[in-house]
Amino acid sequence: MKEKNPKIIHITPIKEGTAIDHLKPGTALKILEVLNLQDVAVTAAMNVESRKMGRKDIIFIDGKKLNERELNKVALIGKGGTLNEIRNGKIVAKKQLAYPDRAEGIIKCINPKCITNTEPLPTKFSISGEPLSANCFYCQTRMKGNEIANSII
Amino acid sequence: MSATRLVKSKTNSNFGLTDVVSINDFSRKDIEAVLAKAGQMEKTNVSKKQKILAGKTVASLFFEPSTRTRLSFETAIQNLGGKVIGFSEVGATSAKKGETLSDTIRMVSGYSDIIVMRHNIEGAARRAAEISKRPVINAGDGANQHPTQTLLDLYTIKKEFGKIDGISIGIVGDLKYGRTVHSLAYALALYSKVRLFCIAPESLKMPEQIIEDIEKKVQVRQTDRFEKFLPELDVLYSTRIQQERFPDPVEYEKVKNVYILNKSNLKNTKKNFRIMHPLPRVNEISTDIDDTPAALYFEQARNGIPVREAILALLSKVRK
Repeated sequence: MKEKNPKIIHITPIKEGTAIDHLKPGTALKILEVLNLQDVAVTAAMNVESRKMGRKDIIFIDGKKLNERELNKVALIGKGGTLNEIRNGKIVAKKQLAYPDRAEGIIKCINPKCITNTEPLPTKFSISGEPLSANCFYCQTRMKGNEIANSII
Repeated sequence: MSATRLVKSKTNSNFGLTDVVSINDFSRKDIEAVLAKAGQMEKTNVSKKQKILAGKTVASLFFEPSTRTRLSFETAIQNLGGKVIGFSEVGATSAKKGETLSDTIRMVSGYSDIIVMRHNIEGAARRAAEISKRPVINAGDGANQHPTQTLLDLYTIKKEFGKIDGISIGIVGDLKYGRTVHSLAYALALYSKVRLFCIAPESLKMPEQIIEDIEKKVQVRQTDRFEKFLPELDVLYSTRIQQERFPDPVEYEKVKNVYILNKSNLKNTKKNFRIMHPLPRVNEISTDIDDTPAALYFEQARNGIPVREAILALLSKVRK
């Protein structure tokens, strides 16, 4: 029996929206989880070959430009990735993702005794890298690496 | 995102803070301003100090019980001629009815000129300082900070040794959960040539985060035995191992009697060796030390009054 050619699925480039390229392998799913995008078509390619990085993840978000809050969430996980804004099928803006200096209302403090976990109050963290750490403005708890990624709200 | 500092032109003092929330907000200049003012307060008669807070009201909000801190603050307020309003336990307040801290503080800042508060929730004082129109003094927020204790510790060292630079200090006991030792370690890192010996059992060691932050500024040694280092120390700062911090009573039993100081430990110490303790003590300093020159802890507790007077006096001029 003749072997069937495996079907190669190409990702169709988006015409409007956002592409996040050069993400470390394994980060795309986490980014999609924290963005929690509803009613938006999203395509993610994981562990694809990359000349620059060996392997990488890519995310395409159709028809949506990320707001500042969303960008800060993405940057905390995907630092070093490239954010492309796409209009009419062309990249109109490109920037490298860098840690924000501060993060407001996007990280839950891991200290259960922190005032932000006992009163309806948005959290405030000052961010520093490398290695990534986030200091709670209120209780001074310092969170690191995965603790931060797992506490993004 | 840091503590609010005063515009220099608004004040003649080197003290630049609008609130006293965390020792980490202090520069060395801020600390020196408090210690100098405390020295002045100690030399001034109460009758002459009465003008400082005359006509002013200080809110003393103790959501968590306290003996020394509350009494010394309230004494300091009265020595400066101020009126005290407030409560000493949460049971008598609207917090018990579910009122948020933010609402309580908004209300109290309309009734008073300065707020002194202790709360079991960490970050409560920072939140209060953020929304209060009046200066806030943190008298302890959970396991986080107790900056006025640290300032009185530094004042005690400065008064006894004439300086803080170059001091060799051992801190012993619960270095993991004890907020006073955390704040003291950060404050000592602002001084030069300080040698800090952190003495604790493995389960109560100084948190790595603090060691990382201070070890470039002070010489830190960690050990679980104090006898060996006693001859090198100017000060041994002893702390209580707090039973309430241990979820497992067996763990508490294992460490509770590890570091007990008695008179025989004083034999091989420096001539001016001193023992400090934030009090209350349980059994970590034997009472046979109380009458020796090494016992500095009661003097240390007394220093709470001039230091808290100094902080109140400095903040009485602050406009936020």
